[in-house]
Amino acid sequence: MSWLDTAITAGIWALEVLAIAIPVALSVAYITYAERRVIGWMQIRKGCNRVGWAGLLQPIADGLKLFLKETIIPTTANKFLFVAAPVMSLLPVLVAFAVVPFGETTLGGLWEVAHVMAISNLNIGVLYVMAISSLGIYGILMAGWASNSKYAFLGAIRATCQMVSYEIAMGFAIVCVLMLSGSLNLAEIVRAQSGGFWHWYFIPLFPVFLVYFISGVAETNRSPFDLTEGESEIVAGFFVEYSGMWFATFSLAEYGAMILISLITAIMFLGGWHAPFPFLDVIPGTVWLLGKTAFLIFMFIWFRATFPRYRYDQLMRLGWKVFLPVTLVWIAVIGISIYTPVLSDIIGFWRPGSAL
Amino acid sequence: MSMIKRAVKTWLLMELFRGLMLTGKYLFKKKITVEYPEERTPLSPRFRGLHALRRYASGEERCIACKLCEVVCPALAITIESEERDDGTRRTTRYDIDMTLCIYCGFCQEACPVDAVVETQVFEFATETRAELYYTKDMLLKVGERYESEIAANIAADARYR
Repeated sequence: MSWLDTAITAGIWALEVLAIAIPVALSVAYITYAERRVIGWMQIRKGCNRVGWAGLLQPIADGLKLFLKETIIPTTANKFLFVAAPVMSLLPVLVAFAVVPFGETTLGGLWEVAHVMAISNLNIGVLYVMAISSLGIYGILMAGWASNSKYAFLGAIRATCQMVSYEIAMGFAIVCVLMLSGSLNLAEIVRAQSGGFWHWYFIPLFPVFLVYFISGVAETNRSPFDLTEGESEIVAGFFVEYSGMWFATFSLAEYGAMILISLITAIMFLGGWHAPFPFLDVIPGTVWLLGKTAFLIFMFIWFRATFPRYRYDQLMRLGWKVFLPVTLVWIAVIGISIYTPVLSDIIGFWRPGSAL
Repeated sequence: MSMIKRAVKTWLLMELFRGLMLTGKYLFKKKITVEYPEERTPLSPRFRGLHALRRYASGEERCIACKLCEVVCPALAITIESEERDDGTRRTTRYDIDMTLCIYCGFCQEACPVDAVVETQVFEFATETRAELYYTKDMLLKVGERYESEIAANIAADARYR
């Protein structure tokens, strides 16, 4: 009966994948709605409130419209790459969700040991996320190249430069987290932060936390780092030639990446599924994790409503001459404090398994 | 000293936080959106919208076919033809305004010695074809009949400034 076992396992995996992919797609739709409402409110407007109650059906209507629209492929475009690019940028985002732990559960006491709610609880989860999310750049690069349009090409070049630069700062920020948690497993990183918000890593790693989150904004090409789209300069950047469903796929990827960055930031710096105070643990951990994620996504939107776009040289200066040194210095600070007698007691408070 | 001050400001991201606080404050402010089809902004009595031809209370049409409006119209949107009527008065046989040409300057209204051609506060007269925007005398008179009370009120409200 081994084929039956295989089929059941495959079926369970398919269900797990759907259980993450569908909520992600839905939340992408509603983040676009939230973005329009929040930015509207910040500009003392009301935002979309027509379709359905309080405009709640607006994203459905938008999605339907994009779905029914004609997809135009420019005659001079490289057709294969042009069609493959949106898929290539969406795929890594969705795949990266595979290792994100959404909480721990004993399934109402069915299991004796709490299991981590993730499709795959990888021991190198952090590296996996880094590696997979870096692949997103290929989609943008392909889109810019295949469009055979100079604006798209400029946008793609900008995107490549920007994402490569900020990835390094992000990588070093993650190193700081690893030095404290001593694990590359995302669930272990969360467990290391248990016991109230004073155990969370944003306290000892505050500058790194800021660098990581701001780099995340740059990594997802969001305002104020949306040079790749730069409406006022290069029309819509790398997806200027896209329309209809392929265009929607790009925004799906962008907002999906936003969710992913927010989730990873919440997991690494804001205690993941742990409540800020131990007595609040009665509320399920997943709710806490999603709440923190929602707050960070709100920050994304808030940034977009507030800050003007960076100039390109400022962007590069920020990445290479500010963020990179800050993270390097903080790695040194953490490293030295771990091995200095008095300081190691202080930093040891956040390190699981250290002499406390 | 100013260098230190600047460095502190930069590294504590003071300006960014002040910007965020500003937009954060606006998040809770009263919204100024006017939800158009249900809510409308007030219109001035001098608002220049769709044209109308008026009648006297007796039912006699005001226009005496002096063609001052036709002459003054900078966009040449008005076409008038006139004839002597049986009772010996001069009346228009044709009075057309092409709304696609009209620039809504209000000169016709100002030129009219008998307040016959006026611009109403109606601005929602979009049509599906351009031909429907060619208003003939009958159509203009009908507009005048429909909005006569409003037109009279607006002229009265504006009279003391003329």
